[in-house]
Amino acid sequence: MRRPLGGRLRLSSTWLGAAPFLVYTGAFLLLPTVLVAVGAFSGAHGPTLSNLTQLDQPYIVSAFVNSLVLSAVSASVGAVVGAVLAYAVVTGSPDGVMRRLVTALCGVLSQFGGVTLAFAFIATIGTEGFIVIWLRQHGIDFYPNGVWLFSLTGLTLIYTYFQIPLMVIVFMPALDGIRPQWREATETLGGATWHYWRHVAGPLLLPAFLGAWLLLFANAFSAYATAAALLDIGGVIVPLQISRALSSEVGLDQSSLAAALALGMVVVVAVITVGYSWLQRRSARWLPR
Amino acid sequence: MSGLDNRPIGAARGGTRTAAEVRLEELSRQYGSTVALDGLSLTIQAGELVALLGPSGCGKTTALRLVAGLEDADGGRVVVDGRDVTHLPPNRRDTGMVFQAYSLFPHMTARENVAFGLRMRKVGAEERRRRAGEMLELVGLATQADRYAHQLSGGQQQRVALARALAIQPSVLLLDEPLSALDARVRSQLRDEIRRVQREVGITTLFVTHDQEEALAIADRVGVMRAGRLEQMGPPTSIYSQPATPFVAEFVGLTNRLPGMVTGGAVDVRGIRLPLIAPDTPDGPAVALVRPEAVSLAPTAESSNGPLSGTVIAVSFLGAVSRLTVDLGDTQVLVQIPTAEAAAHPGGSRVRIALRQDPVLITRDGGPERR
Amino acid sequence: MNRRRRRRLTVFKTGVYVVLGLFFLLPLAAMVEFATRGVGISSPRTLSAFTSIGSDPELVDAITASLELAVITSVAMLALLLPTMIWVRLRLPRMVRPVELVCLTPLTIPAIVLVVGFAPIYRWIEINVSDSILTLAFAYLILVLPYSYRALDAGLSAVDIRTLSEAARSLGAGWGTVMWRVIVPNMSSAVTNACLLCVAVVLGEFTVANLLNFENLQVAISILGTGNASVSIALAVLSLVFVFVFLLVLSFLARSLSRRRRTARA
Repeated sequence: MRRPLGGRLRLSSTWLGAAPFLVYTGAFLLLPTVLVAVGAFSGAHGPTLSNLTQLDQPYIVSAFVNSLVLSAVSASVGAVVGAVLAYAVVTGSPDGVMRRLVTALCGVLSQFGGVTLAFAFIATIGTEGFIVIWLRQHGIDFYPNGVWLFSLTGLTLIYTYFQIPLMVIVFMPALDGIRPQWREATETLGGATWHYWRHVAGPLLLPAFLGAWLLLFANAFSAYATAAALLDIGGVIVPLQISRALSSEVGLDQSSLAAALALGMVVVVAVITVGYSWLQRRSARWLPR
Repeated sequence: MSGLDNRPIGAARGGTRTAAEVRLEELSRQYGSTVALDGLSLTIQAGELVALLGPSGCGKTTALRLVAGLEDADGGRVVVDGRDVTHLPPNRRDTGMVFQAYSLFPHMTARENVAFGLRMRKVGAEERRRRAGEMLELVGLATQADRYAHQLSGGQQQRVALARALAIQPSVLLLDEPLSALDARVRSQLRDEIRRVQREVGITTLFVTHDQEEALAIADRVGVMRAGRLEQMGPPTSIYSQPATPFVAEFVGLTNRLPGMVTGGAVDVRGIRLPLIAPDTPDGPAVALVRPEAVSLAPTAESSNGPLSGTVIAVSFLGAVSRLTVDLGDTQVLVQIPTAEAAAHPGGSRVRIALRQDPVLITRDGGPERR
Repeated sequence: MNRRRRRRLTVFKTGVYVVLGLFFLLPLAAMVEFATRGVGISSPRTLSAFTSIGSDPELVDAITASLELAVITSVAMLALLLPTMIWVRLRLPRMVRPVELVCLTPLTIPAIVLVVGFAPIYRWIEINVSDSILTLAFAYLILVLPYSYRALDAGLSAVDIRTLSEAARSLGAGWGTVMWRVIVPNMSSAVTNACLLCVAVVLGEFTVANLLNFENLQVAISILGTGNASVSIALAVLSLVFVFVFLLVLSFLARSLSRRRRTARA
């Protein structure tokens, strides 16, 4: 790349370095996104808004509501439990076995979703699951009011299984940024543990915590595989609606609906991402990396 | 230099607390198999500034943290103002602490940081604001009250930390190497600031550092520590001119090690007889510890070859003084003289050294290697 | 920290680890239990579910395909991302933020959405390039971008690449040498991390493969699950154990690599 053939040529040889990346993401990231956006507005006879108005139908609206509730609940449980676990890990030795083990485990489990996870829970608390059988042998009925595993409730529980590790991974750096001197300074100034959390650590960690919550929310909102494995393809949540539209045999009409649904999802997640980066910036201001 | 009278704290600011005496009695602390403190005992008089000086690992920071309550002692007691605080948690000990770095709360302004301790004591908002303002004025930062930590320089941050520690009017002020993380120039300015504030407020202070220049400049008394024990405790001048042990002599200031022979209460070094700090030292071979400023130079002929003749092999210009390294053949000697004088003895010139008749410390632990 | 606090902290930590350990390990244990069940109620445990994996050609194909995809995606990710990120940091600093934004986009545009846009593209690929399952690598490379970017970025931030590259260039090194022999060796753990995440994501990917009608590991498990639960769960256990062991081994390897280098330098 050392060809000083005059100013402009040299400038573009620098840009050549970034070209492969730009070309690739242009083809496989930008293009599909554009196709989704275009698809959302196209109908059998040219551009149309009819796909978007279709989103008004009650079964689709309830799918969105279900998705939002599912995401909010699993994000909240995941955030709180994950924060507690992250705190437990961070207070140990930074090079210790426990920390490395838990971090590696969380790395795997946060990606552990979909089919395998659904099956794992079916194996645990499904109708012939290991815990159900064991309790039955002791005379306890695990499902006195009917089996709830294959419903939104079950799905929410299963989602926490990967939300918690994700929280640990995302939130731990913020906890690492808390300097021990702050705690010691609080103590020498007369503060007790709860003063510390209320006035020092709490406010400092809040932006990171909220940001992580948003990430968990987006994660649950976008998840497809677990739901596909657990529930009918029918589609009580948006991702399942999309897959139904895509694999429908009616053809083009449904693929535009899929695109419209996809666009709806993008809007929700985009709003969340914007909120997340704003919170990230605020948190980075105070907490050293 | 010393002001050991029992001045009321905050006399200049209208407070009426009297300064407290701090006693460390046989403090010991162990981490696993490492002994950090080995029965440390010392007393800090009311209103005094004591510096604990020593290399890393000597236990000085551990001692400080034991006084603050941030660590638990394995044995011994900490007594503040007659009260045994050894088993009290840090938030009940009435101590103020300034850390080496990073201790300001990043999400609060300077004023809010300083007012924090007052908030813990449920002082009202108006009163907090007023007293925080006073404290910031005391350390010269009244105009920066609404800045955040990352907007302040290192020196300014430490001044805010000092104001914060003093705002709660503690009985004891503890400083854990507060200047170590700062640039050299800021360090000496802030050192004087801290001393000024400490004397104005009249608070009993324990200052930990590894920089001997700092300790000598700022303290009423200096305690030199090594391996968990106090080697010597006394005013800076004593520590410097009458070191009790070779470790102190070599840690504080520079030392030349000159082999010689002790006979009859004085030591014979290369033909010169020097008085001893401890005149009852038994006879025998020994190494005399001589300060560079106690050595003087006179020019000598090229051919001269006596035990006091040598060649200047290096000259370090240090501003007002210069340090010359003179090779005497079998050993090297550091000489410190005013720069104007040093001009007469450039590198390569032959010189003859002379030793001033200051009492010296001797050691029996080895040869003439220079530090 | 004083003793009382340290004790309370230990109690807290133990409690957390035990409770959450149970929560996370139970389903895994249940999977192993399910996969080793015998035919009748009180039959002995059997590994027949595990051994029968090898005898099903469709399954073996799916496993092989997923492993190949994992490798291809990791290599492609390094080949694409690493030079780009280094180059951009050194020569096009104004592009750092845009590149970061692009790499983090797949978080905003999740797989389920992207696959709607992939569908027509893959119809084209099927006709004009190949109908092999390995073409999924194109899509997977995009899916792993955010994770790999973050891992590599952490590594790059820890190394002062500007100083290193200037030093190397002043000693006569070309850009290639700077990248491969100066910078990359200093971020071995970040590179390892990025690959780890790549492998984990690819082996666990279901959405895109499923909706584009390819049969990768996860899709195979899902299809099997409806018919033969034990075998599919056995396969799931294996894939999980594999990834976990893989991650642990590689993370210890990276640590010992950097430690060896550090002691060699000292």
